[in-house]
Amino acid sequence: MDWNALSLSLKLSAITVAFLLPMGLIVGRFLAYHHFYGKSLLQAFLAIPLILPPTVLGYYLLVLLDGGSFLGHLLETLFGQSLVFSFEGLVIASIIFNLPFAIQPIQASFESIPREIREAAACCGLSPLKVLLKIELPLAWTGIVSAMVMTFAHTLGEFGIVLMVGGNIPEETKTLAISIYDKVQAFDNQAAGVMSAFLLLFSVMAISFTYLIAGRYQRHYA
Amino acid sequence: MPKTGLKLWLRQTHSIKLNIKLHCQNNEVLALVGPSGSGKTTVLRAIAGLYSVENGLIQCQQHCWLDTKKAINVASHQRAVGFVFQNYALFPHLSAQENVAVSLNHLSKNKRLKYAKSLLKKVHLEGLEKRYPMQLSGGQQQRVAVARALAREPKILLLDEPFSAVDQVTRRRLYKELIELRRSLSIPIILVTHDLNEATLLADRLCLLHHGVSLQSGSPAEVSTQPVSTQVAKLMDQPNIFTAKIVEQKPEKKITQLLWCGQIIEVGYRANYKVGQKICWMIPASDVILHRRRKSSKGERENPFTGKIVDYMLLGGYVTVSIEINQPLKTYLSMSVPLHVARRNELALGIFIGVSLLSDSIHLMPYESLRNEF
Repeated sequence: MDWNALSLSLKLSAITVAFLLPMGLIVGRFLAYHHFYGKSLLQAFLAIPLILPPTVLGYYLLVLLDGGSFLGHLLETLFGQSLVFSFEGLVIASIIFNLPFAIQPIQASFESIPREIREAAACCGLSPLKVLLKIELPLAWTGIVSAMVMTFAHTLGEFGIVLMVGGNIPEETKTLAISIYDKVQAFDNQAAGVMSAFLLLFSVMAISFTYLIAGRYQRHYA
Repeated sequence: MPKTGLKLWLRQTHSIKLNIKLHCQNNEVLALVGPSGSGKTTVLRAIAGLYSVENGLIQCQQHCWLDTKKAINVASHQRAVGFVFQNYALFPHLSAQENVAVSLNHLSKNKRLKYAKSLLKKVHLEGLEKRYPMQLSGGQQQRVAVARALAREPKILLLDEPFSAVDQVTRRRLYKELIELRRSLSIPIILVTHDLNEATLLADRLCLLHHGVSLQSGSPAEVSTQPVSTQVAKLMDQPNIFTAKIVEQKPEKKITQLLWCGQIIEVGYRANYKVGQKICWMIPASDVILHRRRKSSKGERENPFTGKIVDYMLLGGYVTVSIEINQPLKTYLSMSVPLHVARRNELALGIFIGVSLLSDSIHLMPYESLRNEF
């Protein structure tokens, strides 16, 4: 087991989740309750990472984050270093790549709350903030937890985009998935097998957990 | 500004068209009646602050909740409104007690739960406090919704078709409970329903809405038997609406005579109609009196007609029959009688019967072209 790679993968996943949780809540709730011109276009744009090959998305991010581009230059000035082949760059790429995994389940869970429930809460004298905290979040929490678990698991196993944007720098951008690839290239099938088994187990647990909480919710409240 | 009750007018030309004016006093039940899409629920939502109208004024007790001219629009959570939604809209993740306690946000947690428990006891739900909405029957859910709506000590109670999701037996029991409950409340109650019988049973007054316009307000009996137009009569489900011509005015005898189906009908004197004028008239099905088939009586001289029964329908202890009055012109008169009367007179399809139209029950309306005009 490449413990450095595992540690880096866990760190990247945790930071990605930390950024995407508030972002997913704000954007997901907004999309669930508001109708505006261009909503479908925005939703399609946010869903692009679902259908685009990770290497293609990684290539565009590589071009965008490169110091030669306007955005890359701006970010380089802001961070004091190039974001390409750096952990910070990896975080940005990971956030963008995981946008649909975070936003879509949260949006769906907010959409599933009937309008009357929210209106009843307002008629009970709850302010919009209290409606969010006392009614909406408890009812949407299965979607929120699913989004976070899926984002974490997805980031942990991501390969293509990490390789394109981060390269393969030990202790900087070499994640577990890249390490598995390295081990296979070096004919170290045992190490690759252990790490693959870990990712497989983690993925199964993550999926089971999301189904479990969804099922418990259905049994209790639906 | 009125010191008590609700005063409201709403006008809107875009989106959902509205032109509604109504008031409801404290301790009064006002039923908003009308077909689907007439704007009943929109009015409730506007009162609760859940729907914004272009132009309007909503004053409740001593508070102005909406005045578009003065740009006043109080947020829904700041209006003291008790709202019972059509499907109750209970919070599925909270127990019955917690659902009620949500409305008591101004109290400490202990006091909240204690008071919520006492409210649930009031609506006969003692012992079910810890149950979640999905563990309650439709009637029990409705009681929780009512307790939750009243917990806030609202200035008005809004009921949006609260009986539509329960079976008929439960509905009857809930009717009784609402009648009892309203005696203990001194606030206006607005009930949205499309069931005219429900409105007649529960409401002091009703307001008939159609396409966002309030057509007529008054007591259920008044709107039902004295509609201002044929449109109101049709919406009040009156089956006997016809056209006729005024043929004679006899003010000295307090009689106005109409010509209908080639026969003269006498009604109470109506000074505002002229001889020769075309009018519409109606009579409730319950006020068409059946002549006893084996024994004539004195009342048979009052606007008598004969005809053949062409339709016979038994519903809830009452029989509704359609009588073909004038065969070549296919004019049908509808009449409803208790089942025992129908049995005693051996009413059946195809038999000829005599009926009288009570002059006091005949209501005249301005002329409008009808399908069965002759």
